[in-house]
Amino acid sequence: MKKILALFAFVSAVLGTGAFASEAGVKLDHAPINVGDMASLQSGARSFVNYCLNCHSASMQRYNRLRDIGLTDEQIKDNLLFTADKVGEMMTSGMTRKDGKEWFGAAPPDLSVVARSRGADWLYTYLRGFYRDSSTTTGWNNVVFDRVAMPHVLWQLQGERVRKEESLKDAEGKEIEDGHGGVRKVVKFETVAPGSMSGSEYDVMVRDLVNYLVWMGEPNQVLRKQVGFWVLFVLGIMIALVGLLKSAFWKDVH
Amino acid sequence: MAAAEKPPVTGFGPLNCVVGWVDARFPLIKLWEEQWGKYIAPKNFNFWYYFGSLAAFVLVLQIVTGIFLTMNYKPDATQAFASVEYIMREVPFGWLIRYMHSTGASAFFIVVYLHMFRSLLYGSHRQPRELLWIFGVLIYLCLMGEAFFGYLLPWGQMSFWGAQVIVNLFGSVPFIGPDLSEWIRGDYVISDATLNRFFAFHVIAIPLVLIGLVAAHLTALHEVGSNNPDGVEIKKQPKDPQTGLPLDGIYSHPYYTIKDLYGVAVFLFVFAIVVFFAPEMGGYFLEANNFIPADSLKTPPHIAPVWYFTPYYSILRAIPPLFNSQFPGVAAMGAATLILFFLPWLDRSPVKSIRYRGPIYKVALTAFVVTFLLLGYLGTEPTNVWGQFGPWLGNVERATVIARIGTLIYFAFFVLMPWYSRIDKVKPEPQRLT
Repeated sequence: MKKILALFAFVSAVLGTGAFASEAGVKLDHAPINVGDMASLQSGARSFVNYCLNCHSASMQRYNRLRDIGLTDEQIKDNLLFTADKVGEMMTSGMTRKDGKEWFGAAPPDLSVVARSRGADWLYTYLRGFYRDSSTTTGWNNVVFDRVAMPHVLWQLQGERVRKEESLKDAEGKEIEDGHGGVRKVVKFETVAPGSMSGSEYDVMVRDLVNYLVWMGEPNQVLRKQVGFWVLFVLGIMIALVGLLKSAFWKDVH
Repeated sequence: MAAAEKPPVTGFGPLNCVVGWVDARFPLIKLWEEQWGKYIAPKNFNFWYYFGSLAAFVLVLQIVTGIFLTMNYKPDATQAFASVEYIMREVPFGWLIRYMHSTGASAFFIVVYLHMFRSLLYGSHRQPRELLWIFGVLIYLCLMGEAFFGYLLPWGQMSFWGAQVIVNLFGSVPFIGPDLSEWIRGDYVISDATLNRFFAFHVIAIPLVLIGLVAAHLTALHEVGSNNPDGVEIKKQPKDPQTGLPLDGIYSHPYYTIKDLYGVAVFLFVFAIVVFFAPEMGGYFLEANNFIPADSLKTPPHIAPVWYFTPYYSILRAIPPLFNSQFPGVAAMGAATLILFFLPWLDRSPVKSIRYRGPIYKVALTAFVVTFLLLGYLGTEPTNVWGQFGPWLGNVERATVIARIGTLIYFAFFVLMPWYSRIDKVKPEPQRLT
């Protein structure tokens, strides 16, 4: 088995002090998303419906809103409609909140606006940050959400990884002190069972999914910027005209 | 008969008879001329004088967008959050109305803070404008109430926990505190009952008071006349024999009508940049945590009020508790806003405008503004934002110490004003505007 070492860019100083477990100390990866990329949004929508919607809902989003990302009602009906009968319905989940609470200890949150509360970078890091951890109830843990109740739903795609801490060594092979009585360490993730996707394929898949979540958080955001451009254009003309009018009126005062 | 003595109405073309009919029965022309049309204003208003009319403009904007929001908003704990998202997603251009309203709230405070700063610059609160200033402070307090009540309505985590924290402050009042906060909430925790009454206050009670106060503010202004950057009363000037106006006075209309219109156009441009391209304003106008529905069982790790309250929130946190009670902090926070009422009598300088004041006031005002901004920043951050001083200083948090010094400076600016404004070296005021 070919072992792939995935290096996460963590600040080793933070790790040395043991503050790693806290959510705040983790550096998030930048999510390379683009809400204007229809192909990416469509791919993300497919992943969302296939993997997320089984447990999570997006109860403020209608299926037929996906027309905005270039899909037709027929395409939505034939490929994406698992939890509803009509394209005008909301993206609800098959699982009730009560079941979720019973099965996972916490009801899976609604994802309609999750990108607005968490941010794209957090989601991108989170969905790529699962690793095996036998000490948790699900057997999984996450780099940005310690002991998260959600298991790694995408494990068949990403594969299974374990987390390893290694001491950082200088050129002579000696451990480097962190200045707080410990040694500087670096965290590495080692794939122990590869998934059906390569590392870069998985990153693209997660990027598309996060892209979709960001779009779904505010489906009008593309329209907003387009309208904004024209509003500023008109207001710019208005400023010029009113400015001229003002100087014409004020000529006899100055 | 008063109506018969009025000159006939002209200037409305074919509508002369209609306006004349109304004017015979209602002081239409008189009202217009007194309040704006023939109102005489100093001719040297500068940049700082835009913010009064802009505040009025934002008030109208908030009322109009607010009316449209209430058409689809549901003041119900189980539906409120989703109804806001319904406005954002399903109501045609609902997102625009909502962003205008949420950005307008912050814009209101920016404009009002600059408007108040103008008064500190040019002494606009001084005699004979004390009552005008008091109306203004009342408007500011109403605005804070309006913002506080409105912030609960989206029913997100920050709405809920922000309200919880603020209402609990009233609980620290000695003796009646716990009953008082329960009375405000209408429940033991922030709940549907609280949401309903806050909605009532936000959409009808406070706006009514606000409009009344704004009318009083404007009537008082037009009675005493506007101050100006030189702080010289134009009413005391000799009249121009040709126009009959004070030498440095001009009619508001059309001069300031058109100038304020220009201000509105520029304001709208900046406003539109935020509304269309940065409605969250990096989390300062719309907080990320407020996109999580309110959950009474999950306390967010860091609760901070919206930026316009944070200077006072900093003062609250800076005051150490006494006998395990937060009341001293709450009292200090209250005092920090109420002290504004006394400003006209605290200021003893023989001149009004900063142009003729001495170095002490200039330093004091600068220190006050820097302190206000610093306290505002610290209020958005947790108290450990700047780490701690070393063990030799008892490991106290740096930010807390700075906030305490800031609180002292904030109050010193007002409390010491009767003394330092009197001893300050002033320059003689000119007879004419410069």
